[in-house]
Amino acid sequence: MTGAALTVEGVSVTLGGRQVLDGVTFTVAEGGFCGLIGSNGAGKTTLLRAALGLVTPDRGRITVAAGADDAPAVGYVPQKISLEPDVPLRARDLVGLGLDGHRFGFGRRSAADRQAVDDMLDAVGATSFADARVGTLSGGEQQRVMIAHALVGRPRLLLADEPLANLDLRASGEVVELLARVGADQGVAVLLSAHDMNPLLGVVDQVVYLADGRAVSGRPEEVVTTETLSALYRHPVEVIHAQGRVLVVAGPGATPDGGR
Amino acid sequence: MPGGPLVARVLGGALRPLVEPGFLSSGPVRTALVVGTVVAAVSAAVGVVTVVRGQGFAGHALADIGSAGGAAAVLVGAPTVWGFVAFNVAAAGVIDLVGVDRRRGRDVATGIVLGVALGLAALFLYEDAVSTTATGTAVVILFGSLFAVPTTTVPLVAALGAASALALAALWRPLLLTSVNPDLAAARGVPVRAVGGAFLAILAVAVSLSAVTIGAILSTALLIGPAATALRCTARPARAVALAAVTGVAATWVGVLVAYDSADWLGGRGLPVSFCVVAAVVAAYAVSSVAPAARRRRPPAPPGGG
Repeated sequence: MTGAALTVEGVSVTLGGRQVLDGVTFTVAEGGFCGLIGSNGAGKTTLLRAALGLVTPDRGRITVAAGADDAPAVGYVPQKISLEPDVPLRARDLVGLGLDGHRFGFGRRSAADRQAVDDMLDAVGATSFADARVGTLSGGEQQRVMIAHALVGRPRLLLADEPLANLDLRASGEVVELLARVGADQGVAVLLSAHDMNPLLGVVDQVVYLADGRAVSGRPEEVVTTETLSALYRHPVEVIHAQGRVLVVAGPGATPDGGR
Repeated sequence: MPGGPLVARVLGGALRPLVEPGFLSSGPVRTALVVGTVVAAVSAAVGVVTVVRGQGFAGHALADIGSAGGAAAVLVGAPTVWGFVAFNVAAAGVIDLVGVDRRRGRDVATGIVLGVALGLAALFLYEDAVSTTATGTAVVILFGSLFAVPTTTVPLVAALGAASALALAALWRPLLLTSVNPDLAAARGVPVRAVGGAFLAILAVAVSLSAVTIGAILSTALLIGPAATALRCTARPARAVALAAVTGVAATWVGVLVAYDSADWLGGRGLPVSFCVVAAVVAAYAVSSVAPAARRRRPPAPPGGG
């Protein structure tokens, strides 16, 4: 561990009068693979948008390790892309936009850039549908293409917003495996948000668990415990291990006559 | 056609079996072809981005809004193209200011501006009819007549067309990236809001130019028709723009030719040129529906690939 790819220090964000993030602190190590876990509305997307500079925190500071030369500091896989099947954008065009989509003007890509696109498509296993329109691809195929788009510029940090949502079990397992492998190959740190931690357990080396805008961070076995999560939720919850899966359920205090 | 430009002579020779005598030596026809070519190419290119960005409704609304501008220009004795451009750019500005980021908010803003403008169009066209000597103003504003474009308008149309094309080329990649996901573009430092506003201005100018050619109401046909045709035929973005431009220009030429010739076929009174252009656009779209790319989900997998 040489340093932090992402440092979040005491970040609070208020949107529309509602406190979405409340003193969130954690770091993601260089090359680390970190799951950002929380239910809908816990503040996952806001945290990722803040790390991208799209939301300004009221308090606190977010530091992203600078990329090399003109490489983007952060690669981003948004939760949703809106491409109809008739949009004339092939998978390889979308990956190419990861290199030059922010530049004005029009131009032919250099041979080196075209090679970088081909290599990235190959690395994510998208070569067989590289010439298909992105809008016609399945959800899992689109995620592969978006991951290639985010990584082709060689950032130090990849932020992926719910990349497993709307994927079936097999596709979601493949995307997690892909992120772990490509992240390790390229030495890029990955912060991936998810509402279900199960596909990530055993793969991530860190989790950041968000509830009501507050966060705890650490190794999964430290964070995903009855004690830690009850303290985070400020409400008794119970962590149940069943058949290799982890469930977080409301604890005994949740029922009116609960208690041991 | 002695003294005619070389291109005209060559084309005249090639097309002789199809073309009624005097086609390319007629001044209005030449003006129609020059203006039609510029306008069709620009509209088609802008149309591709309009369809990709899901702004077809804004394009259609701007086309109708322009009719108020064209009618106002006739009232004050100005060239109609200025009226179209002034009203469309102003309307685009209002839509951009009012329309929030969400598509529905944008649609509501567009709808309100459209309603106001159509009310004004009704007023101005009425005033045109009762207070000016020009006859058929409403028909020319709403449905256009490429043969009635004054030669003095040609430089202005060419300049506005070139400016729109250059602006579209400059914004090409950020427009594509923004259409994938606005946050993605913003995270890369694209000024998403400014790019969106600039595109709306480009769209306003393109639609104004089409309105000069085939009328305010029909100008959507030149914007969306060739683009839709191209999107059925190719998966590549730059190729879609080129193919749309070729389709739009070809449809315009066919339309002008048929309108000119139809005067002879029908014994004096020919078909309106706008009708012929739109018919050619629709025919191109119909042909594209049997294009292989329209049915193919993706290229066949390479042997042994998986």
